Amino acid sequence: MKGRLFTKKEWDKALRELSKSQKIFVPAKEKDFHNFTVLDNNMEPDFDFQNTRLSPKSIVFPQSERMFEYTLDETSPDAHILKEAPKDFPPQAVVGIRPCDAHAFQIVNVNFDNPEYKDPWWVRRYRATTFVGLGCNEPCSTCFCTSVGGGPFSEKGLDILLHDLGDRFLAKAITEKGIEFLDKIGSGKEASEQTLKKAALEAEAALGKISSSVPTDRLKEKTEIELFDAPFWEKIAFPCINCGTCTYLCPTCWCFDIQDEVFRKEGDRIRNWDSCMFPLFTLHGSGHNPREKKVQRVRQRFMHKLKYYVDKYGNGVACVGCGRCVQFCPVNIDIREVFELMNGY
Amino acid sequence: MENPYLPYPVRIEKIITETEDRNLKTFTFSFINPEHEKKFSYLPGQFAELSIAGKGEIPIGIASSPTEKGYLTFTVNKVGLVTSHLHNMKEGETMGIRGPLGNFYPWEQMQGKNIVIIGGGFAFTTLRSSIIYMLHPENRNKYEDITVVYGARTPGMLLYKQELEEWEKRDDINMHITVDATQDPTWKYNIGFVPTITEQKIKTADNAIAIVCGPPIMIKFTQPVLEKIGFPPERIILSLEMRMKCGIGLCGRCNIGDKYVCKDGPVFSLAQLRDMPPEY
Ligand SMILES: Cc1cc2nc3c(=O)[nH]c(=O)nc-3n(C[C@H](O)[C@H](O)[C@H](O)COP(=O)(O)OP(=O)(O)OC[C@H]3O[C@@H](n4cnc5c(N)ncnc54)[C@H](O)[C@@H]3O)c2cc1C
Ligand code: SF4
Ligand code: SF4
Ligand code: FES
Repeated sequence: MKGRLFTKKEWDKALRELSKSQKIFVPAKEKDFHNFTVLDNNMEPDFDFQNTRLSPKSIVFPQSERMFEYTLDETSPDAHILKEAPKDFPPQAVVGIRPCDAHAFQIVNVNFDNPEYKDPWWVRRYRATTFVGLGCNEPCSTCFCTSVGGGPFSEKGLDILLHDLGDRFLAKAITEKGIEFLDKIGSGKEASEQTLKKAALEAEAALGKISSSVPTDRLKEKTEIELFDAPFWEKIAFPCINCGTCTYLCPTCWCFDIQDEVFRKEGDRIRNWDSCMFPLFTLHGSGHNPREKKVQRVRQRFMHKLKYYVDKYGNGVACVGCGRCVQFCPVNIDIREVFELMNGY
Repeated sequence: MENPYLPYPVRIEKIITETEDRNLKTFTFSFINPEHEKKFSYLPGQFAELSIAGKGEIPIGIASSPTEKGYLTFTVNKVGLVTSHLHNMKEGETMGIRGPLGNFYPWEQMQGKNIVIIGGGFAFTTLRSSIIYMLHPENRNKYEDITVVYGARTPGMLLYKQELEEWEKRDDINMHITVDATQDPTWKYNIGFVPTITEQKIKTADNAIAIVCGPPIMIKFTQPVLEKIGFPPERIILSLEMRMKCGIGLCGRCNIGDKYVCKDGPVFSLAQLRDMPPEY
C-alpha cells in the first residue's frame, strides 16, 4: 500500500470516534509545551508540535505501576500472599509519536522481552499498542536521529507513518497492525503519484534540515575498560547536579525500583522509574557504594547508552537522538560531545 | 504469561540464631504449595529474593543444598529495613521466595578437580550449600580433595558450628577453621586472617579450583595469595554482591559493565572480572 490521504478534519473526527472504543494517546498542549494525553471530548489534540516534553515511554512503561496486591489482615487465609494486581491490556494506540521515540521502544524492548525473562506488564502493553508515527517536517536543532539509525521519516518501530501535508495527512501502513488501524479510521483517498512525489521530496528536505550529527563508528573498537578509564569523565561530570532530568526525559532509560506501600491492612508492590544518577541507586545495605561519586554515575549513564548496550546487543547505541537531555539539562551537559569524546578516544 | 516477579508463598519452619552478636539468623522455609518446590530447582551458588509483604524483597544466597529435600535455608545478616523485619518474624509465619536466581558455581568444570573453598564472615552461606552438596554420597566421588578455609572474627561469629564440628571429624574433607582473635583458651583451631591461613595451608594449585566468598577486604588480600600458590585467574571463582531489585536482569540496577550481577552472575571467575570495569 502506498498511502491514503485524510483531511485533518476527517482524521480528527475518526480518531474521536475510535476513542470511544479504545484508548488513543495524542499530543496536546500543556502550558508552553506538549505531552501525550488520552484523547477525549474535552480536549484538543495538537499535531503542530516539535516533540513532547516527556517521552511517550510511560504509555507502555508507566512511571508508577502496581505489580501486586496483598492483605496483611491475619483473618484472611491469603494474608501476606502476593497476587498480581488485576489489569487488562486492551488495544491502545499512540498517534503522533515521533519516529525517534518509536525507535526507542524497539531499543528498550530487547531488555523487557528477552529469551529468558519477559516482563509481563511491558510485553502485554507493548504488544497491545499501535504506533502511529508523525514524520518530522521541521526537526529541532538538537535532533541527531540520522546518526543513530533513525531519521525524520524513519519507519522503525512504527505501524503507520503519517506525513503532515498542511491540511491533510498522508498515512502509510507499515505492519498488519497498522493496516487494521487504518481500516478503522476509514478509507481516506488513494494518494496520487504526484502527492506521493511531493511527500517524498519533503521528507528528503527534512533529512537535510538535521543539523546535528554524532560519530559512532569506533565505539565498538575500544574495550569497556579502556573507555571506563578514559581521562575525560571528570570534565564531563563536573557541572552535573545529579537532578536526574536526563534519565526521566529519555525515551530509552528504563531502570526501575520496586517498593512496597501499605495503607491500613492492604498493600501493594509497586515499581517506579528510577535513575542511575542517584547515589541510592547502588547503595548496599552495608554502606558500601560502588558508584558513590557523581563522576561514576555520569560515566555509568553514558557508558550504558554508548558502550555497554552496544556490546551487549549489537544493535547500535541506546540513544535515538531526540535531543531531550541536551535541551533540558540545567547545566548544558551535551551527549553529542560525549559521543565525540568516546568515539574519538 | 508467567510472571517472573511473583514470589512463591512459603512458611517459616525454623529460626536459629547463629552468632554471639545475634545479628545472624538462619531461616528454614517450606513451600506452601508442593508444586512450587518442584519448580524451584537450583544448584549451589544461586540466590533468591526473600519477599515480605509490606516491606520488600532482598537477594540472599541459598544456604541449603539441593540434596536437602523439602526445605530451603538462608542465613541473614541484620542490616536494614527488610532484614530487620525478617529477624523479628516468628516460626509459622507466611512470606515469599522468588527464584532460584543467578548462575551457580562451575559444577561441570569442578568435576575431577581438587576443590579449595575459602570463606570469610557470613558470606559462608553458599559455600555451606556447596560443601553439603559435594559431601553427598551421590556426588562425593565426582571431586578429588576438598579443602576448606573458613574464618570469622571470633569463635562466636562462626556460622553452622555443629556442622563445622562434624566436618572436622570426617576424613574426606580437610577443614581449616580460623578466627581473627580469641581469648578462649580451649580454642583448638587456627588463629589468623583468612589470607594468612590460606598461604599456610594450601600448598598447591595442581588440578585445583578455588571458590572464594567473603567481605571485599578478605577477597582483596586472598587473591594475590592464591595467584602466588599458582592458581590462574580462570580457576579462582568469586561471588559478588550488588544492590538488587528485580534479580532477573531487567531493572538495570546491578550492572558491572555490560553484565548484570543478578543474571550473568553472581558467580564470576577472576579472569572474567579482569575484563570488566572495576566498579563493585
Ligand atoms: C547475590 C547476593 C547474595 C546475598 N546473600 C546474602 C546472604 O546470604 N546473607 C545476607 O545476610 N545478605 C546477603 N546479601 C546482602 C543482602 O541482600 C542485603 O544485606 C539486604 O538486601 C539488605 O536489605 P535491607 O532491607 O535490610 O537493607 P536496607 O539498607 O534497608 O535496604 C533497602 C533495600 O535496598 C536493597 N539493598 C540494600 N543493600 C543491598 C545489597 N547489599 N545487595 C542487594 N540489595 C541491597 C534491597 O533491595 C533492600 O530491600 C546478598 C546480596 C546479593 C546481591
Ligand atoms: S540520551 Fe538524550 S538524546 Fe539520546 S535518546 Fe536519551 S534523551 Fe534523547
Ligand atoms: S540533566 Fe544534566 S545535571 Fe541533571 S542529572 Fe542529567 S546530566 Fe546531570
Ligand atoms: S537486580 Fe535488576 S538488573 Fe540486576
